[in-house]
Amino acid sequence: MIRLEKRPQPSRLWTAAAPLIAVVLTMLVGGIMFAALGKPPVEAIRTIFWDPLFNPQFAAYSRPQLLVKAGPLILIAIGLSLGFRAGIWNIGAEGQYIMGAVIGAGAGLALYPSESVLIFPMMVLAGALGGWAWAMIPAILKTRFGTNEILVSLMLVYVAESILASVSSGLLRNPEGMGFPGSRNLRQWEAASNQELIAGTGMHWGVVAAFIAVILAYVLLARHIQGFNIRLSGEAPRAARFSGVNPARIVILCLGIAGALAGLAGLFEVTGPAGQISIDFNSGYGFTAIIVAFLGRLHPVGILLAGLLMALTYIGGELAQLMLGVPGASIQLFQGMLLFFLLGVDVFTNYRIRIGQGVAA
Amino acid sequence: MGQPLLTLRGLTKAYPGVVANDDVSFEIGEGEIHALLGENGAGKSTLVKMIYGLVKPDAGAMTLRGQAFAPSQPAEARRAGVAMVFQHFSLFDALSVAENVALGMENSPRTRDLARQIRDVSEAYGLPLDPFRVVGTLSAGERQRVEIIRCLLQDPKLLIMDEPTSVLTPQEVTILFETLRKLRSEGTSILYISHKLEEIRALCDTATILRLGKRVATCTPAETTARALAEMMVGASFATPKARATTPGDVLLEVKALSLPAPGAFGTPLRDVSLQLRAGEVLGIGGVAGNGQDELLAALSGERLAPRGSVLLKGRDISRDGPVARRGQGLLSGPEERLGHAAAPNMSLVENGVLTAARRAGLVRRGFIDWRAAGAFADTVIKRFDVRTPSAQTAARALSGGNLQKFVIGREIVQDPDVLVVNQPTWGVDAAAAAAIRQALLDLAADGTGILVISQDLDELMEISDRFAALNEGRLSEARPVADLSIEKIGLMMGGAHDMEVAHETA
Repeated sequence: MIRLEKRPQPSRLWTAAAPLIAVVLTMLVGGIMFAALGKPPVEAIRTIFWDPLFNPQFAAYSRPQLLVKAGPLILIAIGLSLGFRAGIWNIGAEGQYIMGAVIGAGAGLALYPSESVLIFPMMVLAGALGGWAWAMIPAILKTRFGTNEILVSLMLVYVAESILASVSSGLLRNPEGMGFPGSRNLRQWEAASNQELIAGTGMHWGVVAAFIAVILAYVLLARHIQGFNIRLSGEAPRAARFSGVNPARIVILCLGIAGALAGLAGLFEVTGPAGQISIDFNSGYGFTAIIVAFLGRLHPVGILLAGLLMALTYIGGELAQLMLGVPGASIQLFQGMLLFFLLGVDVFTNYRIRIGQGVAA
Repeated sequence: MGQPLLTLRGLTKAYPGVVANDDVSFEIGEGEIHALLGENGAGKSTLVKMIYGLVKPDAGAMTLRGQAFAPSQPAEARRAGVAMVFQHFSLFDALSVAENVALGMENSPRTRDLARQIRDVSEAYGLPLDPFRVVGTLSAGERQRVEIIRCLLQDPKLLIMDEPTSVLTPQEVTILFETLRKLRSEGTSILYISHKLEEIRALCDTATILRLGKRVATCTPAETTARALAEMMVGASFATPKARATTPGDVLLEVKALSLPAPGAFGTPLRDVSLQLRAGEVLGIGGVAGNGQDELLAALSGERLAPRGSVLLKGRDISRDGPVARRGQGLLSGPEERLGHAAAPNMSLVENGVLTAARRAGLVRRGFIDWRAAGAFADTVIKRFDVRTPSAQTAARALSGGNLQKFVIGREIVQDPDVLVVNQPTWGVDAAAAAAIRQALLDLAADGTGILVISQDLDELMEISDRFAALNEGRLSEARPVADLSIEKIGLMMGGAHDMEVAHETA
């Protein structure tokens, strides 16, 4: 008989090893999946994990993409991880991301075609505010009326998507776009564009913001009393109240930070890689960031690494579609597997397996 | 009464640091209501857990109707005809009565048939209950009926009831007693666990008294006075409460006519609670569990805010201050539940030190935690209170109950409070650690701190308190000097006069 026995305290070895083991298991099972699809498994795995970075033919294009994709994922995941640490489950980052982009871009476009240097900073601020305000809806409903933030934030994603569809073919539509949906191209408007900062690296302001967020989140959680209160609220809500933490304030704080960071990510995306507000500029980063947050163990540095890894599977996945003709859905399956194995392996952090007779007779 | 139903012989069970049951032997007759009487920590619950197959005895044996009886799990005990109603119910709020009952059965009949059975049993025993009601809408007394009916459907030979009246209103107690008497008349034996003396005198045929894990006596409660029962229960130490020579100083903490609604379905409202606590004195507050102890602590610690003007510290109104502000002014507290309330289980002792000492011990500067100072603080607590732990980085949940308790009480004492409020400071703690904690509290009082100890352990309160008051249904009796107290007076204070009269009429 196999049974799980609770460890007296979490194993440090397993905490560190779990993501690595999860990646290896994903590669193994993913390889089996590709084999079942009739694709060469080793080649498929290599195409996803190796070629984007080191194959001379693709690396020049793929490497910058790594930061372009990882930037928003990390920025959003950092915000989400604070809430998850406190036991506040914001599933609606996608909506906050969209609203940040819409409000930020809208604020800029209102002043088109100004060439003021203040346009871009103002848009960044508006983007953060947009995401923050969208996150305040579940926050206030939760603190005032006790609603479930999971449902409210998730449902608000669909509201945000509808707003996006509406404004991209209405309010923010490019008047010179010959009736096509989608806003003006912000990349072509210098004052509002989020340019690549160092040519050929993919580094743009969103990536810079992501790195700053990683550092600030690390300091907040490790050193600051608010970070301590966030962790305490997640670990033991009653103890947090006894300590003097106001649960409503933690909800407002965590959802607010997550919303603002997701809004920033949206704004940087829409002014940079995406270039314009369009019905489908959002590429599901808000949801993928949930995986990134957990894959990174809700730890800022872990999230940094996990964001890069997840970006790699995106890029490698596209490459595998192109080169080997694997179905696009298999890449999502791949990412899902990663989260699944991580959560599975995670059990061993707090439990150990005992095999054989052990139950008290 | 003929052959006994259940015979216990030499049952012994030791846990690390404490012998919960030491060579306990007695018999429960057929069709008898047998009381198991003892204070908290006397070993009552370990004993019934052994009978119900939840705990395996280290030594000793049981026989049920002459057959050897050694259940290794509750299912086995149930098959042998032993059923148990726990003090804390295991019911799902969202399901109906019938669905809840079905969940506990090994092969449950169809819901319609089960509902009919439930209705039959509930009518037969005078326990009105609608099988289709959702459990979440039931009162505590009705929930208990669900548990009782769940047991009765198994047609048990022995029904174990763990402090059944602690959650009941007096009217519900009357109904319950009628049900139990009816069961007895049909030949079912009942093992009735309680520490309410008058209740036992009114209901039970025989009583076995446990103290510190040992059987002290078996007697007929109706022929024994409450005083005699109490003396057997609490032992000789009770007879000589030492009057400590203290000269109480100024009033530090004053509670004036504090009333607070119950926090939840199982909570107790506080009704018109008033008290005064002076410098250098220990005020003990006793009472049966669930009579407002947690609620009083929360109202004093600041976890729940009180109406303006009801809580004063050194003459200042602190009713609307949260825990942080109250700590800042010198009012510290220690809740009953160690894991999850006083301490965060998965966090280290250093972090658990920060939990209450962040500001008062100067561990936070401009919002940033000084982890070196926090580590030093935790080490101070560990050293001064002899907390056995590999290091200050160990997770709180890895410590034994006694060691963690020393840490969470020590954490407050090290912060040098003006007023310290603790709930059950030595609950579930081995004797040596308990003595250390009590001594630390007395030392603190000697230095001029006002200490309020809420406890269900009367011995403890008599040992360390200068004055004593009791909580009963959220009301606090007037505090009296311990030296003037007798067991009758304490019983009256704890049970309330009303309960006593009812019990006397039926006795």
